[in-house]
Amino acid sequence: MSASGHPCFHCGEPIPRGLVIHARVAGRDEAVCCYGCKAVAEFISGAGLGDYYRYRDTASTRADEPPRPDRWAAYDRPELVERLTRAEPDGARSITVLLEGLRCAACSWLANKALSQQNGVLDVSVNPATARARLVWDPARVRLGDLLRVLEHVGLRPHPLAGEPSEQMALLERRDALKRLAVAGFGNMQVMMFAVPLYFGAVSGIDPQMREYMRLVSMLVSVPVALYSGWPFYRGAWHALRARSISMDVPVSLGILLAFVASVWNALTGHGEVYFDSVSMFVFFLGLGRYVEMIARHRAGSVADALARLAPMTARRVRAGATEDVQAVELGVGDELLVRAGEVFAADGVVLEGDGRVDESMLTGESVAVPKPPGTAVHQGTQNLAAPLRVRVTAVAGGTVLSGIVALLERAQAERPRLARAADRAAAWFLSRILFGAAIVYALWWFVDPSRAFPATLAVLVVTCPCALSLATPTALAAATAALARRGVLVARTDAIETLAKATRVLWDKTGTLTRGLVRVEDVRSLGAISSQQALEWAASLEQLSEHPIARAFTVTGAPTVRASDVEVHAGRGIEGRIEGRRLRVGTRAFAAGLQSQATADAGPDAAGDESGESRVYLGDESGLLAAFTLSDPLRPEAGHCVAGLAALGLPSEIVSGDQPGAVARIAARTGIDGHAARLSPQDKLERLKSLQAGGAVVVAVGDGINDAPLLRGADVAIAMGRGSALAQTSADLILVRESLDELPATVSLARRTQRVIRQNLGWAIGYNLAALPLAAFGLVPPWLAAIGMSLSSVVVVLNAMRLSRGSAPRRRSGMPATPQAEAA
Amino acid sequence: MEILYVMIPLGLVLVALGLWAFFWATGSGQFDDLDSPGWTVLEDDEAPPPDEPQPQDDAPREQGR
Repeated sequence: MSASGHPCFHCGEPIPRGLVIHARVAGRDEAVCCYGCKAVAEFISGAGLGDYYRYRDTASTRADEPPRPDRWAAYDRPELVERLTRAEPDGARSITVLLEGLRCAACSWLANKALSQQNGVLDVSVNPATARARLVWDPARVRLGDLLRVLEHVGLRPHPLAGEPSEQMALLERRDALKRLAVAGFGNMQVMMFAVPLYFGAVSGIDPQMREYMRLVSMLVSVPVALYSGWPFYRGAWHALRARSISMDVPVSLGILLAFVASVWNALTGHGEVYFDSVSMFVFFLGLGRYVEMIARHRAGSVADALARLAPMTARRVRAGATEDVQAVELGVGDELLVRAGEVFAADGVVLEGDGRVDESMLTGESVAVPKPPGTAVHQGTQNLAAPLRVRVTAVAGGTVLSGIVALLERAQAERPRLARAADRAAAWFLSRILFGAAIVYALWWFVDPSRAFPATLAVLVVTCPCALSLATPTALAAATAALARRGVLVARTDAIETLAKATRVLWDKTGTLTRGLVRVEDVRSLGAISSQQALEWAASLEQLSEHPIARAFTVTGAPTVRASDVEVHAGRGIEGRIEGRRLRVGTRAFAAGLQSQATADAGPDAAGDESGESRVYLGDESGLLAAFTLSDPLRPEAGHCVAGLAALGLPSEIVSGDQPGAVARIAARTGIDGHAARLSPQDKLERLKSLQAGGAVVVAVGDGINDAPLLRGADVAIAMGRGSALAQTSADLILVRESLDELPATVSLARRTQRVIRQNLGWAIGYNLAALPLAAFGLVPPWLAAIGMSLSSVVVVLNAMRLSRGSAPRRRSGMPATPQAEAA
Repeated sequence: MEILYVMIPLGLVLVALGLWAFFWATGSGQFDDLDSPGWTVLEDDEAPPPDEPQPQDDAPREQGR
């Protein structure tokens, strides 16, 4: 890697060599990697929020470009804002905003402080768990657009969510689950306390009246636990049964209800044993696991959020020569839109006027912008990089390519091979055998001694059902989920851990997953009399007037400080202009050197069209070449390690990319991946996945973009990058929050350890049950022994599971990621 | 041991009170965000004037390498 050793003060990414940009933060000059980060860091410091840099525990998101205040112009118009937001008392308005780049508590502190400082802001609540902020403001004193600009200035890109019923529902769901969990927790502790005298009483003798009392009190406390806390399980089981399927909820509900009803019966009649302690412990642990899973799922977000991020909520419609800002939903086929540079298309359409270049990487994965002359189609969600375009709308809402991908996504999810079902099937199998066995025991005792038939049957049911066996899996998964969360790996679907342990293959997306997903100036080398800094500034000044995608890399990294005049674009070769009286050219080597001899330079290959994915651009003037720039979408430094680590675990890798074959081959060679395929559409990727799965492979897919979403949905285990598109994240089972690929092999290892622990737990529980079952069936187990044995058995299982959360010590990072390894191959 | 006939119901009443308080706290949003409020104690009472050099602190910055 040709980056200097120092990471950017703001975002922690390596600073390109030869580049010196300083941000003035709290009276010091700090080195940053681009002008976007400089703008953000200085704004944060200037607003008196510099403490953010002391408190944060992960580096911030790289500011891809300096903030563009005009992006939020539509939100300055009161009549539009009125329709997008909700009314609050006293004329105030409120809206929920999704904050891209909100990654830790310090980020949410920053958002909160920055907004609270604004005049007219009445209330701000930022939730780091869901990356959402709720704003209440007085429209008479401040405009929504200004608030969104503030958020963008501090480096958190806002996405206003209209309506947001899903967010409100998620909040209520979380609160509801927390209440149910609290009841189970409190109840569990109380019942355990009452269980102690019962156990000891069974050994050393207890006043029968006191025993009766303890049992009735236990029952009293267990009723809300079993009925209120256990309710979600019964509801889930009922839904599954109505749909003629068996989910995990079915055996769980049966276990809880059988043990509970049997215990209530025994408590009321005064005969037999009670198992209220087992019931409440079981409900509590299962509820805990479900709660942790739900938090992760909410954080991953919903498809609705993803669409909100991609497709803008507003558009600029041209009508009778005048433009007006309208809501995207009001658009109809045939409307004419004006889309300025940097804006995102709100609908599919055809270019009428303008010569644009469009970044379609979110749809195709292609890192090079696509030229869009009049007559070509543009798509919702893609970004116009260059000149303003007039577009006639050809499809809206459900008819766009983007919504087609979303539909593909939903279908892939429905067809997902659910290995998890295997666990459900096993549970159902076990349950049916137990019910069968219980029936036999009842029948046999009926012939031997009818009066003992019912107690013996109950003993069989209770001794086998709601104990270690049921805790074996949830406790291990909960412990593994917690351990992974500390490593920056978010588990959105816990049964994915079990599947990951069995995985045999990895499919990678390239752009944004193996690479950082952004073309940038990687290296600046001075060839002539000027400093590389000067060269970069000049190149950026020229390129800022160009519409070429490569120009973006310059204007992001360099400083367009001086004005260039007499600028002329030579298509396919470069750009020429005059700065401070000097004639300069930026472009291919032949073109840049061409000024020297005044000869007409013959066009070399277009720098942007270079298929290797890494390209070289030169700066020259009349005295010859001045500087050489290397541009690339840099490979993540840890990618090679990660691929090798996975291969060592028996998981060969393969790249499926929508990008150019040359760029894909280069990345494949540098990461040591043999199999690679380029120019694949989302559908092609899914096909490749299906053919692998048809061959019996259990496939892990790693991706970041919208074009990966169907692949992720169809994969056995889907892993998304933390900064990737929201649509990819909603399809993911695991999310790499810190985007460190190093965690992948470790995650696979942990998944396998989890699998081992689950097996040990199941082995122990089944062994215990098999030993206890015949004894219970013959009526030989003294009640106190059965109870103690069951509790001990559960404790063994829980302790064994807890081993998973130890061991892998959390790797705390301060503000910076580890110094990037210099290894590149 | 007869005291248990009083103490246990009393304990249950206390548990019920605790649960009621927890429900109230959950309902009023106390548990919606468990991370960021912790940072408020670290805030300075007054924001330093924008862009004014801080008194030079020689302590190594956490952001350093």
